[in-house]
Amino acid sequence: MTEPLLELRGVDKSFGPVQVLHGVNLKVYPGQVTALVGDNGAGKSTLVKTVAGIYHADAGEFFFEGKPVTFNGPKDAASLGIEVVYQDLALCDNLDIVQNMFLGREAKTPTRLLDELTMEDRARQTLASLSVRTVKSVRQSVASLSGGQRQTVAIAKAVLWNSRVVLLDEPTAALGVAQTRQVLDLVRRLADQGLGVVLISHNMNDVFEVSDRITALFLGRVAADLKTSDTNNSQIVELITSGRSGSIGISAATANESA
Amino acid sequence: MTDETKTPAPTSASPSLAASDFSGDSANLTLGESLRAYVDRVRGGDMGALPAIGGLVVLFIVFSSLRPDTFTGALNVANLLVQASSISILAMGLIPVLLLGDIDLSAGVAGGLSAGFTAVAIVRHGDGWVLAVLIGMAVGAVIGLAIGLLVAKLGIPSFVVTLAFFLGLQGATLKLIGQGGTVPVRNDVLRGITIKSMPVVTGWIVVIALLAIYAGLLFWRQRRLAAKDLHRPPTSLVALKFGALAVILLGMTAFLSKNRAPNPLIFTIEGIPYAVFLVGALMIFWTFIFGRTGYGRHIYAIGGNTEAARRAGISVDVLRISTFVICSTMAAISGIVSSSYTGNVSPGSGGGNTLLYAVGAAVIGGTSLFGGKGNIRDGVIGGLVIATIDNGLGLLNQAAYINFIITGAVLLLAASVDAISRRRRSATGT
Repeated sequence: MTEPLLELRGVDKSFGPVQVLHGVNLKVYPGQVTALVGDNGAGKSTLVKTVAGIYHADAGEFFFEGKPVTFNGPKDAASLGIEVVYQDLALCDNLDIVQNMFLGREAKTPTRLLDELTMEDRARQTLASLSVRTVKSVRQSVASLSGGQRQTVAIAKAVLWNSRVVLLDEPTAALGVAQTRQVLDLVRRLADQGLGVVLISHNMNDVFEVSDRITALFLGRVAADLKTSDTNNSQIVELITSGRSGSIGISAATANESA
Repeated sequence: MTDETKTPAPTSASPSLAASDFSGDSANLTLGESLRAYVDRVRGGDMGALPAIGGLVVLFIVFSSLRPDTFTGALNVANLLVQASSISILAMGLIPVLLLGDIDLSAGVAGGLSAGFTAVAIVRHGDGWVLAVLIGMAVGAVIGLAIGLLVAKLGIPSFVVTLAFFLGLQGATLKLIGQGGTVPVRNDVLRGITIKSMPVVTGWIVVIALLAIYAGLLFWRQRRLAAKDLHRPPTSLVALKFGALAVILLGMTAFLSKNRAPNPLIFTIEGIPYAVFLVGALMIFWTFIFGRTGYGRHIYAIGGNTEAARRAGISVDVLRISTFVICSTMAAISGIVSSSYTGNVSPGSGGGNTLLYAVGAAVIGGTSLFGGKGNIRDGVIGGLVIATIDNGLGLLNQAAYINFIITGAVLLLAASVDAISRRRRSATGT
């Protein structure tokens, strides 16, 4: 097994008296899709925001390519190439695809003006490298795109910046069947390009279809970290709902204590 | 595996890759395709400046048939352009504020107060006009800064803050000028903005030079886009648009270069009024800022989705404050132009319907009151429409009440068009 691209060890996070994450270990491997599953309140979003540098972990160690790193803010995570695609996408409807992809990080000419040529060129190449063929023109306004196309733009925006790790928060939650198909294909292609992909999803079909590993969270603890090929749907559902399944998962005592 | 396509060096841009892998993207539209795309956009509710240009044509036909001898005369047209200048400048200043979905109700009276400071600096302190104008603009900038801080940092709705300033600033102007008094504009340069015209030969040179530079820029840009096979309008369409602009500008220059004095044997009034060049210069400047700089792009982004802009690392508060500073500073310039036209500053300067004219101009021009949509040129086109209504109704010798009712109705109509087109846009997603 190759070395994990990003590894978290023993991460704790509390909000006031409420401890949300208890000694969480997470490994993200290059070229693999790691699915992060768990019920509402299991700590998935907190974990993602901690990785993105938005929250500061109370305890625990972070390793990037085996080297210890510290995150003091979103900029630190971004500079390592960690990008998050949030559920609400954060796109501006009145701007076109190129303008959205470069928002806040516009390419500039030597005279400090917007370099539209470079931006359009790079946006095109990024979309082409992801084999995106569904958008008519990169100069289309985002308002005219379907849900799946918007998700595609948001993901393309995340990979534009030489990112190494992409975290996707429920990318298919609001999509129809065909659009879910497009986005899952895209998620797979990201991993095939060598990125470490973390997919947060409630949809077990999506998880089993696209992921290589599954990390199940139960009340802020990692219940199990399994290879997708070694497990099955009902086992994961049990891990999500009760924290253990047969011999794997957290001990009954710990589970009861947290509950 | 490494990923080389994902990290393209800018020099390795290969059009063939983009063209083959991105087959659906027609970078080079034909004239017919782009016309169809335009019709689709208009149907989808994105009408841009179309209602304003249509309205302008209708108004010209109506007024010139009702007052054929006066309305279309060169004297009146020059007067109309000067009337439009202060409205257009104020509207151009308002557009950045409107782009964020805010409003500045105090812009008119901020202009009145600023013009008052400028006039007082000349009359009571004997300052030169440059210093006096800078004082006026500084007063505007400070007002804008105060409004911006209250809106962005305290979170008071801009409507309420600027309504308070609308009342307060009128009091300040009254204190500065004194009850019932007026301050004359005693400076030939400032008066000359609206009452003098550029010499005919200089006017021709400036207009032709501007057109030549613009043509050069368009041609250069088109060639660079074509060289990289990027998305671009058809060259024929660019040429058509430029041709129309050139015909209008050259035609107006020729029209205004005739002697338009009521008694041509005694006086000579000819050339383009300086105010028109001032409006043109401000329009070019702000169009450049909002179209070609990161600052302008970020203003549009905030207007489209504030949260997305914030997550992209844009300092939303600072930019919001900056729009109010731009607005009040432009209002100061507008107030000075307006005082140049009337010849004095009174406590009522910038009050009344000054601001509503400017908001109407921006909205008629195609700027949305909901934020995120609009162009600087909207203020100029809309300003012409408003000035035409004002001017035409004046020539018809209608009672003042009709003027108010019609202007109010036009503003309401423009806002309705904005609201309806917004609904159509969200329904069709264009």
